[in-house]
Amino acid sequence: MRPDEFGGGMTLIVKTVARLTVGLILLFGIYVILQGYASPGGGFAGGVIIALAFIHLTLAFGKDSVRWHYDRSIPRFVGRLRAPTLMSLAMLAFLAAWLAHGLVALRGGEARPYDPLVMELCHLFIGINVGAGLFTIFVALVGFPVRGEEGR
Amino acid sequence: MIELYILLLFMIAAAVIAVEIRDLLSAVVAVGAVGLALSVAFLVLKAPDLAITQLVVEIICLIILIRATVTRDRVAARGGAALAVGAAACAFVVLFLALARGPFAALPPFGAPLFRTAELYVEAGARGESEPNLVSTIILNWRAYDTLGEATVLFTAVIGVLALLRRHGRKGAAAEEETE
Repeated sequence: MRPDEFGGGMTLIVKTVARLTVGLILLFGIYVILQGYASPGGGFAGGVIIALAFIHLTLAFGKDSVRWHYDRSIPRFVGRLRAPTLMSLAMLAFLAAWLAHGLVALRGGEARPYDPLVMELCHLFIGINVGAGLFTIFVALVGFPVRGEEGR
Repeated sequence: MIELYILLLFMIAAAVIAVEIRDLLSAVVAVGAVGLALSVAFLVLKAPDLAITQLVVEIICLIILIRATVTRDRVAARGGAALAVGAAACAFVVLFLALARGPFAALPPFGAPLFRTAELYVEAGARGESEPNLVSTIILNWRAYDTLGEATVLFTAVIGVLALLRRHGRKGAAAEEETE
C-alpha cells in the first residue's frame, strides 16, 4: 500500500507542496544545527526545525501514512517507545560528550578552554533530543485519542 | 529604543485581545502575534539566536494549539460579573504599580546589568577564547550545567506527556471510572 492511498491528510495540492518542501526544511534544520558554532542557531533551534519538518509531513499526509513510513524505517527491536529511546540515547550521548569535555578541561595542559568537535557533537545531540521530543509531543497530542473523545 | 516600546505595546494589546476575544482560533492567532512581536523584539535587542528559537518554538506551539482548539467550541463564560472582574483587575494593576514604584526606581538602568559576568564572557570572546558564535560558547562551555539541565527538563517533560496521554495501559483506570 503506497502512502498516497491512505485516506487521511489534506488535498493533493498540499501533499505535492509538502513533498517538494519537506526535504528543504529538513536540510535547513541540519544546517542550523551544524552551523550553530559559527552563526546564530544551534541544537535547540535546529531540532525544532527538524521536528517541524516531520509535523509538516504528518499534517499533509495524515498520521496513518507517517506511521506506515515510521514502522518501515525504524527497526522493531528498538521497541514500542522509539522516540523516547532515541531521546534517551541522545541524552546519554550529550552527557558523555559533556563529561569528556569537562575531563579534557580538568586535565588542563594543552587542552583549549573549548573543543569545537565536542561542541559540534553537543549541538547535534541536543538537536536530536529536541527534535524527537517535540515531534513526540505533537504525535501524542494529535495522534492519540484524548480522554472523552474515543467514542466519536 | 522607541521601536521596542512600540513592540511592547503591540504585544500587550495582542495579549489582551487573546484573552478577551470569543473565537478560540482568533485567540490562538492573537497569541501568535505576541510571539512574533517578541521575536522581532529580540532582533531589535540584537539577539538573533533568541529570535530564531522564539520564532520556531512559536510556530510549533501554534500548530499544536490550532490542532487542539479548532474543533472545540468555546464555553461562553460571560456574565454580569465581567465588569466587576475588570474593575478588580484594573485596581490590582494600579495598586501593584503604586507599590512597585520604589523597587523599579532601584533597578539598574536598561543595558547596565548588576552582575558583571556577561562582560567577562564578552572579554574572553574578544581575546579569542571562544567559538565564532559567542552564544554557542556560553551555553555549551561556561554555562554547560544550564544546558544539561535544560535538556533534562525537556526529556522529562516528553516522558511525562507520553505517560499521561498513552493509549495502552489505561484499561484498568477506564474500568474503574465506569464502575464509579
